[in-house]
Parts: sequence; structure tokens; C-alpha cells
Amino acid sequence: MKQSLLRRFIQAVIVLLGVALMIFIMLRVVPGNPVATMMGEHADIDTIQRMTAELGLDQPIHVQFARYVLDALRGDFGTSYSMGKPVSQLMAAAFGNTLALAVAAALFAWVVGIACGIVAAVRKNGLLDHLFMGFSLLGVSMPVFMVAMLLQYVFAYHLHWLPISGVDSWKGYILPAIALGWNSAGSVARLVRSTLLDVLQQDYIDTARAKGRGQPGILVLHALRNAMLPVMTMMAMQLSSLLSGAVITETVFSINGIGRLAVQAISGRDIPLLQGTALFTTLVVVLGNLLADSLYAVLDPRIRREA
Amino acid sequence: MRLNRQRQIVEAHDIRLESQIGEAERFGDLMRRMARENRLAMVSALVILLFILGAVFAPLLSPYSASEMDMLHRLSPPGAGHLLGTDEGGRDILSRMLYGSRVSLLVGVVPTLLSMALGAALGMLAGFAGGWIDALVMRLADIMLALPSMLLAMVIMYTLGDGLINVFLTLSLVNWASVARIVRSQTLSLKKSEYVEAARVIGVKRPVILLRHILPNCLPTLIVLFTLNVPAAILTESSLSFLGLGVQPPNASWGLMVNVGRQYLYNAPWLSFVPSAAIMLIVLAFNFLGDGLRDVLDPHLKNN
Repeated sequence: MKQSLLRRFIQAVIVLLGVALMIFIMLRVVPGNPVATMMGEHADIDTIQRMTAELGLDQPIHVQFARYVLDALRGDFGTSYSMGKPVSQLMAAAFGNTLALAVAAALFAWVVGIACGIVAAVRKNGLLDHLFMGFSLLGVSMPVFMVAMLLQYVFAYHLHWLPISGVDSWKGYILPAIALGWNSAGSVARLVRSTLLDVLQQDYIDTARAKGRGQPGILVLHALRNAMLPVMTMMAMQLSSLLSGAVITETVFSINGIGRLAVQAISGRDIPLLQGTALFTTLVVVLGNLLADSLYAVLDPRIRREA
Repeated sequence: MRLNRQRQIVEAHDIRLESQIGEAERFGDLMRRMARENRLAMVSALVILLFILGAVFAPLLSPYSASEMDMLHRLSPPGAGHLLGTDEGGRDILSRMLYGSRVSLLVGVVPTLLSMALGAALGMLAGFAGGWIDALVMRLADIMLALPSMLLAMVIMYTLGDGLINVFLTLSLVNWASVARIVRSQTLSLKKSEYVEAARVIGVKRPVILLRHILPNCLPTLIVLFTLNVPAAILTESSLSFLGLGVQPPNASWGLMVNVGRQYLYNAPWLSFVPSAAIMLIVLAFNFLGDGLRDVLDPHLKNN
């Protein structure tokens, strides 16, 4: 098992380097001198040239890339053109907000998704089943910005129950977390329902029932434990779409997170900031997948023995 | 003797391919079965058809001009005069929605076709060739899939710059990798099938095997993937346009209308919610249709 995890780790490092290289090259082929853009219309040619050399932008591209990777490994992602601060400092300040938002959204998605999935499976073809599955399809089809704006309009603007924007207190996280987790909750509910229905047909469930165990015991001890494996994988995959959705959610609710930073980077034509945020987000996704793989191996004895 | 047997297998397969009319009947039967058993998929197909008709005949159906300002009637709520209300320039929202659907539907279909063609070609190549080509294509796919799609789209849009064509290109580049993965795994299993092996033994050239024996067998999967990828493309475009990074004025997509309407969310919520609802409806319809097609064409995909 250690060996296969080591292999996964090396793969993850290669993917990260690949992503870094891809982003690096793409942002270098943008027409126009980034230094000239940064300094505005009134900069004279001498200053632009001096700044270009200072930032190392006159070096060949492979030298620039090697330097970028080595600096990034030490936690230095360069200096933001538009905000004049180190990118790492800006991201560190924003990461806490994004992390809190993503964790809250994931919690909402998993708790609501798993609960609805269980009820739908147990009451298969019943009223609640149809209701929950209808809702989950709606959840999958609604754009994140629509859910976010609906929640904002109804619960913040009309009912005044929760703040319209910002995260000054924990209450500020409730609406953004629901908006961001809504979509995932739908997918989780559908998956929990279908795997649970599969598992409930297995022989060992009949055995447990024959031994006289009641329905709640069967569900929790036998069925749910085995149904959780595919759900786990899916949760890890959801991390990526959660971070994608965070870009929108943070914009709607004015939360200073990584996603909003990326949007600001684009409007400020700020290459180091865009590069840093994209790379950092990828790092989080890759680490999340790695963690899920190791957890998967721990939870499933078959995989543990195989490897 | 063995060669003879192989030739028979290939010929039998070719006969099956050549009887295209028979195949078409089978496809028709499948569609009829879906129509009978899955009402939701049929209703969805009808909804999609209505949207397409609305886009095509927008000039005929629009009750007002989509671009003419009317400052006396700005921000009027949905009602008798303007069915879906008017926007900040007094323009009729229904008319703007009809014209906007042209961009939004095109943005769903064109990039999806491009990304499917790219993904299918690379996936078949990787699965069939194996070796370093396979490794290269699949690592490339890994890299594309590691970056959250929204950030990938943002970086590509930044590189390419604004413009409708660039939105098409961006969405194609974002979506090919997952198609390539699925087509590759299908090619791998088809490669091992008896008739492909037989074709190779009697000396059929590789490109011919790919086009005549492997591609037709991937088609059902590709059709299902197409129906499920169109709504994904529509959602990504609307998110990009919502952030102001996608379609730019004077072009109007539904996502852009939501973005503009956001400034009037509290006094004229219909500006944002009408186009949002249209996006939701078309995405929902494509998802239902895709689910229905998958059940009749390619039940294996359900586990993916």
C-alpha cells in the first residue's frame, strides 16, 4: 500500500509541475509587455526596461520558469502588479475565508445529501423519494450564481434574517455555504440513494436481518458503511467543483477569498496574482485527491490487502 | 484455416455495418422505446426544440426591438405590455432573451462539438496506439482535469482575449479531457474484441480499423456525452459571462444579461432571474434527455 501511495504522490507532483508549466506558458504568450501594462501610459522606456530586467522578464522562458518553480517552493509567488504586495501574502489572507466557505459548503452538501439519499432509498418510489430526487435534479441544473442571488434576495434582502454580504460573523457564511453546496448536495443525494439501493440487495443484508437486527441497525452498521466508499470518492472530486463555484459565490457575497482574488487579478491584468491563485487552487485539489485515495485505502480492506 | 475464420468474422462485421438501414431501424426502435418509457426525456426534447425554434425565429417572434432604448418604460415589471418586463434601458426582456438564446445555444453546441471531436480523436489515438502516445495524452488530460474548470477557463480567456470565437475555443479546451478519458477506455476494450483483432490479422490498415470498426462502436457513448456536455458548456459560459469575462456587449448571452441585471437585483429582480431561469430550464432539459438517451444507448456509462 505504501508503494502505491508513493506512486500516486509522484504522479501528483508531475501533474502539479505540468499545470504550473501550462499556466506559465499561457500567460507568457499574452500580447503586450506586462510591465508596460502595470506602469500605465506615462512610464518612459528606460524605466520599463529597468523594471523588466529587475523582474527577470528579459531572461529566456525556461530560465524564468525554473526560477518561478524554485521561488514557489519557498513560498514566494512574486509580487502582485495591481496591489503591490507579495502574492503569497495576499493568498494567505484570502485562503482562510475560502477554506471556511468550502468546508461549510461541503458540510452542508454532505449532511443534506446523505440524509436525503438515505430517506429516498428507504422510501423508494415514495413521495419523499420523488420530492428529494426532483430537488436534487434542480440543484444540479441551477447555476451557482442563480442559487446565490435567490438566497441573497429572499433571506437577506426581504426577510433580513442573514447579512447580504461579507463574513464579519459566522452568520455571513450561512447563505454562501448553502449556495455553494447546493449543487453538490444534489449529486451526493443521488449517489447515496443508488449505492444504498445496490447494497441493500446484498446477501449480507439478508443475513443481518435473519440474525434479528432491526432496520436502523442494518442501515447504519451494514448498509451505510459499505455505501460510503463511492460517496467518498465523489466527495474528493467535488472539491474541484466547489473551488470553481467559490469564484462565483465569493463574487456575489463579496467575500475576500482566493476565487475573488483570481477575478481581481484578471481585471487588473495581474499575471503573478492570476498565476499564483490558479496554481494554489490546483495544489489544494491535488492534495485533496491524494488524501481521499489514502482514506479510501484505509476504509476498504480489499484495497488495503491488494496493494 | 485460421485466416479464413478471421476473414469471416470481419465480413460478418462489415455486413452488419453495411446494413445501415437495419442499424437505423434499430436506432429508431431505441428512440421509440425511450419515448414510451421515459416521458420526461421526450418532454425535455420538446422543450429543447422550442428553445431552438425560438432562437432561429427570434426576429419573427420578438414583440419589440431587442436593441432599441425606451427610457420612459425602463425597469417595468413583467406584465401585459412587456411579458417579461423591461431592462435598465427600457428594452423588452422577452425579445432580448430570444436573441440571447442564439448566443447561449451556440455556446452550448459549437464548443461541445469541437471538444468532442478533439477528445474522441485523442482518446482513440491513445487507446489504440498505446505506449508513449497513450502516456502523453493521458498525462495531458490529467493536467487539464487537475485545474478547477472555472480557473482553467479564466486563464485561457485571459490568454486569448475577449470575443465570441475565443469563448468557443476556451470551452472546447476546458472540456476535451474528460471525453478523451472515456473514449480511450472504450477503445482499449474494443481493441481486444475478436473482430478488431481479425481485421488486423488480414491486414486492414490501422486508420481504417479506427474509422470503420472502432469509431462506429463509440458513437452511442459520444451521443450521450454530447447531450450531457452541452448543458455543462452552457453553465460554464454563463458563469464566465456573469463575471464579465465571457461574451461581451453588443453580443448578449443569458449569462451576460444576469450579470448586467445584478446591479438592479433589489428593485428589478426579474432582470437577473428571468435569464437565470432560462439557463436552468435548458440545462435541466438537456440533463433529462441525456439521462434518457444513456439508459437506452449506453447503460454502462451510468456507473461513470
